[in-house]
Amino acid sequence: MSRSPLPRIAVLSQLPKALTGIDGLDEITEGGLPQGRPTLVCGSAGCGKTLLGVEFLVRGILDYDEPGVLMTFEETAAELTANVASLGFDLVQLQTDKKLRLDHVHVDRSEIDEAGEYDLEGLFIRLGYAIDTIGAKRVVLDTIESLFSGFPNEAVLRSEIRRLFRWLKDKGVTTVITAERGDGTLTRQGLEEYVSDCVILLDNRVIDQITTRRLRIVKYRGSTHGTNEYPYIITEEGISVLPVTSLKLEHSVSNEIVSTGVADLDAMFMRGGLYRGSSVLVTGTAGTAKTTLGAAFALEACRRGERCLIFAFEESPAQLLRNMASVGLDLAPFVESGQLLIEASRPTISGLERHLVTVHKLIGRFKPQSVVIDPISNLVSVGSISEVSSMLTRLVDFLKVEGITALFTALIGSSHGQEMGEDGISSLVDVWIHVRDLEGIGERNRGVSILKARGMAHSNQVREFVVTAQGIRLLDVLVGPAGIITGASRLAQGMQEQAQALADQQETERRDRELERKRRVLEATIANLRTEFESVEEELRRVMSEEEERQLTLRQDRRQLGQNFSTRPAAGPNGSAE
Amino acid sequence: MDEEMWELRLYVAGQTVKSVTALANLKKYCEEHLKGRYRLEVVDLLLNPQLAEGDQILAIPTLVRKVPSPIRKVIGDLSNHERVLVGLDLRALDAY
Repeated sequence: MSRSPLPRIAVLSQLPKALTGIDGLDEITEGGLPQGRPTLVCGSAGCGKTLLGVEFLVRGILDYDEPGVLMTFEETAAELTANVASLGFDLVQLQTDKKLRLDHVHVDRSEIDEAGEYDLEGLFIRLGYAIDTIGAKRVVLDTIESLFSGFPNEAVLRSEIRRLFRWLKDKGVTTVITAERGDGTLTRQGLEEYVSDCVILLDNRVIDQITTRRLRIVKYRGSTHGTNEYPYIITEEGISVLPVTSLKLEHSVSNEIVSTGVADLDAMFMRGGLYRGSSVLVTGTAGTAKTTLGAAFALEACRRGERCLIFAFEESPAQLLRNMASVGLDLAPFVESGQLLIEASRPTISGLERHLVTVHKLIGRFKPQSVVIDPISNLVSVGSISEVSSMLTRLVDFLKVEGITALFTALIGSSHGQEMGEDGISSLVDVWIHVRDLEGIGERNRGVSILKARGMAHSNQVREFVVTAQGIRLLDVLVGPAGIITGASRLAQGMQEQAQALADQQETERRDRELERKRRVLEATIANLRTEFESVEEELRRVMSEEEERQLTLRQDRRQLGQNFSTRPAAGPNGSAE
Repeated sequence: MDEEMWELRLYVAGQTVKSVTALANLKKYCEEHLKGRYRLEVVDLLLNPQLAEGDQILAIPTLVRKVPSPIRKVIGDLSNHERVLVGLDLRALDAY
């Protein structure tokens, strides 16, 4: 037993459990399957019942050093070995190591006749022998129900199966019994009657052409357990049951600031960047450079010496590298140095759960400090919005717990608003950057704004940005008469201003000339007036001198006349009158 | 063809009632129908559990007809005379 010693009370109250080693299952069962007891795993065809059994054994051997016996009633040992080899389970090696025994029980009714009383002691002997030779602690009976087609006497069979389960319990081996799902019952032959300790139901549902597998613990005697239906997937490393994340909001936070990869964008945040470990959502309509923003973020992370992981759901790694190189974001050296990993896959290639698990596994393996997922909105094509948002909730939680700074891009339709962001994960993310088309007169420009940034003040402006051959650059805010001006309007505004300046200058010059003209006119007028004045003056002078002269002449005449009068009385009209 | 040697193997698990009955019944039939033309081997799985896998033994007791082929199996204590003969294809031989 590899269980760590528990406090005394816990030992008393807790049912001993055997860890399965299967991702997530141990969390849901709160420690594994009931130890030394049988567990029934039922489900329809293609659910992975056999795989769950095999993985239970293999993990038991590899992780907990508990040898196991696999008794298969359907597949031969060789078939089974080949089938699980693709999952990296080397059954042959385990068998040579005497850790595992495979026993294929083949029942062919056509070659068996019944003549008298019998029991299935042979099965017990075989199983007992297999268990004893390797000291097995775990046993898997893969579809024991096959026996029902092999033996005509059901009554004997049922009592023998009941005895078998009892016997396995007495032997103290932890057993997994798989069974096919029946119509309206858990198992076709009602095996759940005999296995009362733990029943796990696997379910395989196809919704919108995409298969989702779900696991539910129907009962677990003597223990609490998760009661929900949990999605699980079969990966190349076995079964993974979700959630694989913590369900609590307990992650620690960092005060460190990291750059978004665009210096101008950093400046829009009061603290000059993002908090480390925060989740950033970049939403925008098609062609608004969301991917470029993501790549810039990734590149910056790599330049800081961090490891970064990009999940590309739209472009192949080569395409992404080429496209980003064209805008001056040269990611290739970091890919070569192993700092940057681009994982590209089509979203429709698998269900959401698988994507989530892929993301988890890769993050677990690669241990990045930054993650870019481009775009998450594509995942909607494989699930409904509610499913996607629940998946993203798990993902964001996981990333936060790991302290990974994450950037998600999401395409939002310009017509149907921002539902993806709003209903989806906007409440989960810490920073929401929105890039949009600013469509003006005959052109589109890109504008970026920060919708929210938890824990720091940020700019409220919609900044125009351009994607240049040297990366993303935000343009200075240009405020025109009708608000912020972008693109050609920006140019037009510039030209207009230039023209205005020119006009202003010309106006000034014109005024100068006008003044000059006026001055000249006035001066001319003044000259005229002066001339006129002069002539008037002259005239006046002339008149005045004439008058003087006349006065003078008059006085002289009078004097002369006086003199004449006094010397001789003159005959004349004048003299006669005197 | 009827001169062919029959090879029969009876799997038992200890000296249980069923096992003893089966062996007694088998011997009786063999003497009746295959006198001198059969070889009978009794395998006790309690002593040799590893032999159970080879002949795909689940039920005890099981009688296996190894030769002539094809292999036939009859399970049970062989108390049902008719069924044993049908199972081992002995009747055809009689008619021959």
